Amino acid sequence: MSNRATNLLVPIISVILGLLVGAVIMLVSGYSPVEGYAALWNGIFGDMYTIGETIRQITPYLLAGLAVAFAFRSGLFNIGVEGQLIVGWFAAAYVGVAVELPKIIHLPLAIIAAAVAGALWGFVPGLLKAKFHVHEVIVTIMMNYIALHVTNALIRTVSDGGDRTESIFASASLRSEFLENLTEFSRLHFGIIIALVMVGVMWFILEKTTLGFELKAVGFNQNASQYAGMNVNKNIILAMVISGAFAGLGGAMEALGTFEYVSSKGGFTGIGFDGIAVALLGMNTPLGVIFGATLFGSLKYGALNMPNAAGIPIEIVEIVIAVIIFFVASGYIIRLLLLRASAKKKEAK
Amino acid sequence: MSFLDVLYFIIPSAIFYAAPLILVAIGGVFSERSGVVNIGLEGLMVIGAFVGILFNLLYADTFGAATPWISLIAAMVAALLLSLLHAVASISFRADQVVSGVAINLLAIALSLYLVKRIFDKGQTDFITERFSRYNVPFLSDIPVIGPLFFTSVYNTSFFAIAIAFVAWFIIYKTPFGLRLRAVGEHPMAADTMGINVTRMRYIAVMISGALAGIGGAIYAQTITNDFGHATINGQGFMALAAMIFGKWHPLGAMGAALFFGFAQSLSIVGSSIPYIQEIPNVFLLILPYVLTIFALAGFIGRANAPLANGKPYIKGQR
Repeated sequence: MSNRATNLLVPIISVILGLLVGAVIMLVSGYSPVEGYAALWNGIFGDMYTIGETIRQITPYLLAGLAVAFAFRSGLFNIGVEGQLIVGWFAAAYVGVAVELPKIIHLPLAIIAAAVAGALWGFVPGLLKAKFHVHEVIVTIMMNYIALHVTNALIRTVSDGGDRTESIFASASLRSEFLENLTEFSRLHFGIIIALVMVGVMWFILEKTTLGFELKAVGFNQNASQYAGMNVNKNIILAMVISGAFAGLGGAMEALGTFEYVSSKGGFTGIGFDGIAVALLGMNTPLGVIFGATLFGSLKYGALNMPNAAGIPIEIVEIVIAVIIFFVASGYIIRLLLLRASAKKKEAK
Repeated sequence: MSFLDVLYFIIPSAIFYAAPLILVAIGGVFSERSGVVNIGLEGLMVIGAFVGILFNLLYADTFGAATPWISLIAAMVAALLLSLLHAVASISFRADQVVSGVAINLLAIALSLYLVKRIFDKGQTDFITERFSRYNVPFLSDIPVIGPLFFTSVYNTSFFAIAIAFVAWFIIYKTPFGLRLRAVGEHPMAADTMGINVTRMRYIAVMISGALAGIGGAIYAQTITNDFGHATINGQGFMALAAMIFGKWHPLGAMGAALFFGFAQSLSIVGSSIPYIQEIPNVFLLILPYVLTIFALAGFIGRANAPLANGKPYIKGQR
């Protein structure tokens, strides 16, 4: 079996195994897996409304996945997507609330604010990695909590002690009457277009620019890149900044499209962590991220239907997602088994 | 309120918040010293908290006052089993250890909430009736200054956690087992050449970290929240991870860092009733542990170096 085929098979097998484990857990705990997955299916594709909401859910997953994947390609593990997304969310909502401008200026301004905030949050771990060789995983985890507490404090300040900001002005909103009418008044907004454009942007940066070439080179081998005359430190910082900007845009989708405000949070949104799953499943390629985000976004939204339609807690889908990550991460063993299986076939011939 | 009164108020509460952090951070020290990064501490704590509370609720009638302690054992076993999953993935299957840890975190919270909803039909468990209780240590609590600071209205679990830290120090630095553990984490190939079974050492280390994280989670749940829901642990595991790094991968250092983070946490909670402290916006106290960890890593507070082979799967014969 060719290398390419095995690479494609690993995520597919992982997804199947994840769904199987989910079915077994439902069976053992006394639910019907058939009913459960039927409810999940209907929760995703039931009618135009659910389809619209599913696509809305996929939107931030696309951007979170891009953020993780982009850093991965440069050899960095950005667990901080969650925090970068939260500060992006706040920045976009703040710009949306603070001023009222013509839409043509206001909307881009709010989106850029989110990207800049996310980029700034990615810059810190990038700088520390480049200058002090501090492992980015720990710094980004810490930055997540700092983001959570700082935005909560800022929201309290902005709203005079309240739990959420005012709703943003319509001039900063991504909502679209056209898309809403199309999908029986779901919250589907124009963000999906931005997200898909960003997928193209990531592909373009990585495949068609010198910067992308250098970033990938640094990801493969820092010493070789250094020897070839590339500025490794600059590339590490840039990779984190761009990754953070993608994550910040993910926050903008929530601020300007889905919710149109930002509220203080008791815990994380989870989108950033699921972004790791999206990127892994998509093998860190732009096209793969679309696949991963579609799968996980759909699962996440469809799960909301499971308690009503089948009486099954939505957490079953989280379990499935965790198991899928686990299997994708353990790709080595799946590859080994595939190799053995194909070797046996050859012997039989 | 005099300065001493403030101390009497805040030190016991700091130790109280630190106890679970100490245990989980020590668990992290074992795992990472053997070369296995354990981001999954948070998830292991979650499972510990859930199983601890569940066991407590189910068997409070049978075991009476001893229930919280027996719950710790149940929590330990559950978290140990979950940590095996991390061990298999990161040691035998050569998975990216951070990714596997993330999966453990997601799995733990999802699985426990799923079971909570299945068993209790609501988002959180009932409150436990048998809990760890505060008491004054006889004689010691009568000593002036030290008595009210360290021996008045304390939990036994705090003493337990501090004792474990010293035991861990002894094991890691004074026993052959500890020497092997550190060798495996620094240079697995050299250790292997000397006849140490790298895989076995790493499995044991990860299982110890699971066991301690489970106990830590159960202590947290049975002293601080007294029930289990989605926000019970809420980052305590990552805080412990931070304590481990701030303590430079040393058991006593981790204990010191955990005590300090416990202090910061208790300040952010009780600080509003203390003069001067109440002037500081809460957010600074909340982010203090995380900011300090970043500073520690950047080398502003002495150099913090991870074990050399931390995070790398050991593949026999590979140079």
